[in-house]
Amino acid sequence: MLKKTLAALALGSVLFGAGQAMAADYAIDKQGQHAFVNFKISHLGYSWLYGTFKDFDGSFTFDDKNPEASKVSVTLNTTSIDTNHAERDKHIRSGDFLNVSKHPTATFESTAVKSTGDGAADITGNLTLNGVTKPVVIAAKFIGQGDDPWGGYRAGFEGTTTLKLKDFDIQKDLGPASQEVELIISVEGVRK
Amino acid sequence: MQLRNSSDRYGLVSIVLHWLVAVTVFGLFALGYWMVGLDYYSSWYKTAPDIHKSIGILLFMVMLGRMLWRRFSPPPASLPSHGRMTRLGAKLGHAFLYLGLFVLMISGYLISTADGRGIPVFGLFEVPSTLTSIPGQEDIAGLVHEYLAWALVIFAGIHALAALKHHLIDRDRTLTRMFGR
Repeated sequence: MLKKTLAALALGSVLFGAGQAMAADYAIDKQGQHAFVNFKISHLGYSWLYGTFKDFDGSFTFDDKNPEASKVSVTLNTTSIDTNHAERDKHIRSGDFLNVSKHPTATFESTAVKSTGDGAADITGNLTLNGVTKPVVIAAKFIGQGDDPWGGYRAGFEGTTTLKLKDFDIQKDLGPASQEVELIISVEGVRK
Repeated sequence: MQLRNSSDRYGLVSIVLHWLVAVTVFGLFALGYWMVGLDYYSSWYKTAPDIHKSIGILLFMVMLGRMLWRRFSPPPASLPSHGRMTRLGAKLGHAFLYLGLFVLMISGYLISTADGRGIPVFGLFEVPSTLTSIPGQEDIAGLVHEYLAWALVIFAGIHALAALKHHLIDRDRTLTRMFGR
């Protein structure tokens, strides 16, 4: 009980007490690459295979007084997929999976942000992947914000969502344990 | 039959190398074509590419040996009945087959070794990676490998048709010479 109250207080002070209470635009820190679009998918049901997209960019608007007014937009180069295995990456880029020659970019545009308390929010938006646009909900968590040591101001989040491969027209069947992929998105933005 | 080529005939070594490479190239093409369409749960999904790569590496070594042998024992002279254009065409065609085959094998090697992995050959030894940092290496090498494989088997087919044309229409020894006659 006490723990919870303390946590709520701490969070409250982060969210509302900093006095930096304006909606601000942030650019994803691509230069310093404090941003990751990772994914994991089950291999045969026996282990997790992790991968990442190395090339993406985007921006978000964030107001800690009014988190539901936040917006986020990300554009990602699907060719930049890396699972630490060249032959597998080549296969994932092919028509069996991401079809990158036909659909070189994936995008996410938020349409609504719903606060779920404790610095968490559900970000609803349209994800375009492999030429298919579908609404998805990213369960996001505010991680922290503040001045950086180099004269800038930063805010960071992490979010996850689960996609069914079939929903995005991904043809290859990897078996019953591997029908879904979890996206783990971790971004730090620098205030513009 | 003599081992070395004479000025008029092919020797056993060149003949065996020729047919061995011919069978291997078509076999690798068929295997490659089949394996890229395999289901993930096929028991061949892992083994077929392993075999394809292992045979490919061995073929590369055989082809190096074939080039050396060609130096050591040059092929017989063209048949006197062949005109200038026929000789030139044959030379260019053979050059394309040799060059294309080497580029094909190297492109395959560059796919599998793009991330620094080596290629194990039937578990006996491993060929290490060399070039690994060409941007988009596995994708570019993959396209070269795919298109060149098609070009090469089609061209090898034309090569075979040309040999049949010599045999059936011109009625010369072009084809029979490759059987030691």
